[in-house]
Amino acid sequence: MSQTITIDPVTRLEGHGKITIQLDAQGNVADAHFHVTQVRGFEKFSEGRPFYEMPSLMARICGICPVSHLVASAKACEAIMSVRIPHTAAQLRRMLNLAQMVQSHALSFFHLSSPDLLLGLDSDPANRHIFGVVAARPELGRAGIALRRFGQHIIELLGNKRIHPGWVVPGGVTEPLSPAKRDEILAMIPEAYTNIKLAIEWYRKVADSFKPEIEVFANFPSLFMGLINEDESIEFTDGALRLIDAQGNILEDGITANRFTEAIGEAVEPYSYTKFAYYKPLGYPEGSYRVGPLARLNIARSMGTPLADVELAAFKQLAPGPVQGSFHYHHARLVDMLYGIEKIEQILTDPLILDKHVRATAGVNRLEGAGQAEAPRGTLMHNYKVDENGLITWANLVIATGQNNNAMNRGVLQAARHYIKDGKFTEGILNRVEAVVRTFDPCLSCSTHAFGQMPLALSLLSAEGQLLDHVTR
Amino acid sequence: MSEAVEVKTLIIDDREVSGRRGQTILEVARENDIQIPTLCHLDGLSEVGACRLCLVEIKGNSKLLPACVATISEGMEVSTHTERLQKHRRTILELLFAERNHICSVCVANGNCELQALGQSQGLTHVRLPYRNPDLHVDASHERFTVDHNRCILCTRCVRVCAEIEGAHVWDVMGRGINSLVITDLNDPWGDSSCTRCGKCVQVCPTGALFDKSKVGTEHPKHPDFLPYLNMMREAQ
Repeated sequence: MSQTITIDPVTRLEGHGKITIQLDAQGNVADAHFHVTQVRGFEKFSEGRPFYEMPSLMARICGICPVSHLVASAKACEAIMSVRIPHTAAQLRRMLNLAQMVQSHALSFFHLSSPDLLLGLDSDPANRHIFGVVAARPELGRAGIALRRFGQHIIELLGNKRIHPGWVVPGGVTEPLSPAKRDEILAMIPEAYTNIKLAIEWYRKVADSFKPEIEVFANFPSLFMGLINEDESIEFTDGALRLIDAQGNILEDGITANRFTEAIGEAVEPYSYTKFAYYKPLGYPEGSYRVGPLARLNIARSMGTPLADVELAAFKQLAPGPVQGSFHYHHARLVDMLYGIEKIEQILTDPLILDKHVRATAGVNRLEGAGQAEAPRGTLMHNYKVDENGLITWANLVIATGQNNNAMNRGVLQAARHYIKDGKFTEGILNRVEAVVRTFDPCLSCSTHAFGQMPLALSLLSAEGQLLDHVTR
Repeated sequence: MSEAVEVKTLIIDDREVSGRRGQTILEVARENDIQIPTLCHLDGLSEVGACRLCLVEIKGNSKLLPACVATISEGMEVSTHTERLQKHRRTILELLFAERNHICSVCVANGNCELQALGQSQGLTHVRLPYRNPDLHVDASHERFTVDHNRCILCTRCVRVCAEIEGAHVWDVMGRGINSLVITDLNDPWGDSSCTRCGKCVQVCPTGALFDKSKVGTEHPKHPDFLPYLNMMREAQ
């Protein structure tokens, strides 16, 4: 008799969703899906609103990465205004976006994933959380919490609020940086280096013990996409997109936001409210690709900062071409964070960083605009159309989690097929299936632009559709 | 010989106070640092007594009276903060919040809004009524200003300032009851109206209903305090 396993809700994720695993009559995995189960409709209810309200409206999609939405939205608005923002404003926004990346990665790596990495995927679920990490390795737990605070505090200093800062506006930012705030951020940097180095060294030691998981955690060839600068170094806020194939060949380069929809389409599946992005020339699902830390490191030739460049070189040793195992998202996340800290330090030494000219103004000069940025978990694109008075008539958001959606689904199926045989499974096995999704650090609230109760669940169904097991936390 | 000023003595919140004949309870209370919440009232504009937030209790009178239009009389005993009044004020605020779409977190007036401030000062923690969520439009046709009817509480300050101070009478009210809307000219787009672009309506609007297009986020403090000075200067001329 076949059956279906449901993991509902999937835990230690941002947002909520569930996993279903369908078994055949022999008890082997026939199919598996990762479902995102809520819809919110930001694109719809923003219609009729003035375009310059969009950054603050869209940032409310998520409390973890509001800054990425602020930046992508403000850039879309600036395309409508046809303005180029002052250099200092661009640098300040870049710093804000990096601070958010550091805090969000710290949340993903330490709070959500380190319990699996430190305590083990089969450890007692009652202790498999950040407090368990703090109890087992206090210095590691402390480093994670401190890195999150580092990012959050920079956001608070720049935007006057830790979450949903109103500082980023179409045309730039509302206030210049004060010398006192610059000095306060600079003073936090040495501790941040200590903490990220501790994490990188620790991860290097434990990574080898996860070789079996690395083999089956969404480990398959795919395309990758991310932002880079003209010198092929990594970029989070400006630059243009590059898309590479599984061998590392460049398929598309210099994709600016206004060309995004020429290259990327979105497909819909009946089992999820999150769309499935794909590279149009290859179609769906062949054109599915991955974004986020792993994709960024696979695409970039350099990080553009000395310490992160050393780590990038080490990362590139993991595979002859692009690194395909999604478990390595964890590793890439740490390199991203190191880069973020270094880059923030570099930005603060920019001679123009305290300049008072931080905002450009204009009205509606075009009726459509798009903006893109790298959110912590991957590329984010906002595209708006307005009427001649600047009221939104249409909006579309392409979210990182949607771009990783196909890979997450394939990864869940791959891991489920590997671990579940003859209808037998343990809690540790189901946790591994969840952990596949966690490597991507998806943000489910962003991806459906959704809200509701936390977090994710898993169910096991028979071939007749009968519920055999259900895991909820 | 100048006309003698007729002084009335009365009691407000157990304090003996005095005022001139014809003064309102609100005026006398404020002269004596007794705060009564108001919303449609604005120093420098005529009174309409519309919002009812300034309702007070008068001893011997079963009706509640709006302090902004009720004048003082000799021996009057006024209570401004009884439990009954507080309950009424909170209910009025709940009705205002439920009537249209007041989403403070993404409003341009967040932190500078009189409705929001009143909600806080009157201890409003919940709205017990179902929100109506009306689908109201935004008029962004004006070069400098925008009107978002979703945030309008129909206080008519814009109507009064435009007619009484600017002398243009571009703003007026259309419709009845809950379906009322403030309009420019004969419900023409603001940008096509006879608006003089003076911006007084924006400055006196207590919420984010009328706002300056260049302002976004929470950076839109308003300055309605110019009105009494403007009136004073005009009278001096």
